[in-house]
Amino acid sequence: MGKSMVSLIRAAWTMLTHTFRRRVTVQYPDERIRYFPRAKGRIILSRDPDGGERCVACYLCAAACPVDCISLQATEDEHGRRYPEFFRINFSRCILCGFCEEACPTYAIQLTPDFEMCEYHRWALVYEKEDLLISGPGKYPGYNFYKVAGLAISGKGKGEAENEEPPVDVRSLMP
Amino acid sequence: MCEAARSILVVVGVLAGAIAIAAGLIWVERRLLALWQDRLGPNRVGPFGLLQVMADMIKIMTKEDWVPPFADRAVFVLAPAIIVVTALLSFAIIPFAPGIGVVDLNVGLLFFLAMSSLGVYSVAFAGWASGNKYSLLGGLRAAAQMLSYEVFMGLSLMGVVILAGSFNLRTIVEAQEDMWFCIPQFLGLVIFVIAGVAETHRLPFDLPEAETELVAGYHTEYSGMKFGMFFVGEYIGVTLISALVVTLFFGGWNGPVLPPIVWFLLKTSLFICLFILLRATFPRPRFDQLLGFGWKVMLPVSLANLLVTGAVTLARG
Repeated sequence: MGKSMVSLIRAAWTMLTHTFRRRVTVQYPDERIRYFPRAKGRIILSRDPDGGERCVACYLCAAACPVDCISLQATEDEHGRRYPEFFRINFSRCILCGFCEEACPTYAIQLTPDFEMCEYHRWALVYEKEDLLISGPGKYPGYNFYKVAGLAISGKGKGEAENEEPPVDVRSLMP
Repeated sequence: MCEAARSILVVVGVLAGAIAIAAGLIWVERRLLALWQDRLGPNRVGPFGLLQVMADMIKIMTKEDWVPPFADRAVFVLAPAIIVVTALLSFAIIPFAPGIGVVDLNVGLLFFLAMSSLGVYSVAFAGWASGNKYSLLGGLRAAAQMLSYEVFMGLSLMGVVILAGSFNLRTIVEAQEDMWFCIPQFLGLVIFVIAGVAETHRLPFDLPEAETELVAGYHTEYSGMKFGMFFVGEYIGVTLISALVVTLFFGGWNGPVLPPIVWFLLKTSLFICLFILLRATFPRPRFDQLLGFGWKVMLPVSLANLLVTGAVTLARG
């Protein structure tokens, strides 16, 4: 009884000393905490260093998405490059989990540290391709999928990619 | 004529002051709780967030005033009024400074005890009239708690009454000019503060409205300004108990240099802060612990205090 009384009074004293502690509140619109580059926020689609779209419309991001918020349609241009005809992310569903970024083989889809996406209308949270595409390469400068991939497109035949050896003719007998 | 005008002025002043303080406490409590929890509290509306009170008032006034169809309508509407009326009536007997006070009752203390007993009806009625089992449980708890703590509250004050030789609060304050009663009546002070917290059912003794068990206890079904009345009633109760602690144990308006009314208000606000500190610190006991603590600890201690005080006073002649 006496012991618990003392502990209660000690607790009240501890509470009083908290008067002079540092506040933990960050007064958000006025003050901001620092967000690191890999923080997971608004999703963007990045471009090659050359300025071409990185996305090859492989649907892996849409398949990986646990809430099915990504929809896209693949198509091909005249050079044989695949690209999405439309690419739509419904941010009112998106949980910013980053699975799409992990699934992406070409570093096209990336999460950015920006999280301020409030809107007055739900339809305004559905981002189309032109809202998602940015002008730069995002977190992976210098990476160009078609420059390292073995796929033949116009201006680059088989075996002409970076670090790629010429293709072996398997039907030839010569070593 | 001048005398009548003056007393009317005092009545209006005390009424307006009590309600204004109760409203201001909404902001004070939130800021102080935040202060002690390393947060900031409401600081956006107006300077230091002071206009938060206005925002809250506008919100609560414009809320839908709804009486549930299963409630006992007349009693349901009456209950919140009782708690505010009894708490405000008790302010009548408080001597704020020499010459400032609504009435100078010779049975002042008894009047306060009577009013706080009447306050029990408010919560009991509210719990009963809501027609909701959680409300009823809250009302029952409130009635049991307030009735038991009333006993020790009365007994703890008797020591002060013996020392001062009067039930009149003005006489009690004047008797403390040499020594505040918090020294000879320290036990009485502790018991009165604990009983006062239980009487206003604030944390740690807020079992009648324990959110974790009873939704919101007796005011579960209340909304809008009817709920606001319970809220205001609670804050007026806190102010009242603090003012009484100051009057009975800390010399009321007595103090050097500053004018008496300033001393009174200073001391009272200190005790209001203490109430909020208690809320910020303590966990809520179980209900049987609450009643057990009351009857097994508080009652014997307050009786012993009364006995010793009486014996000492008798021996001194």
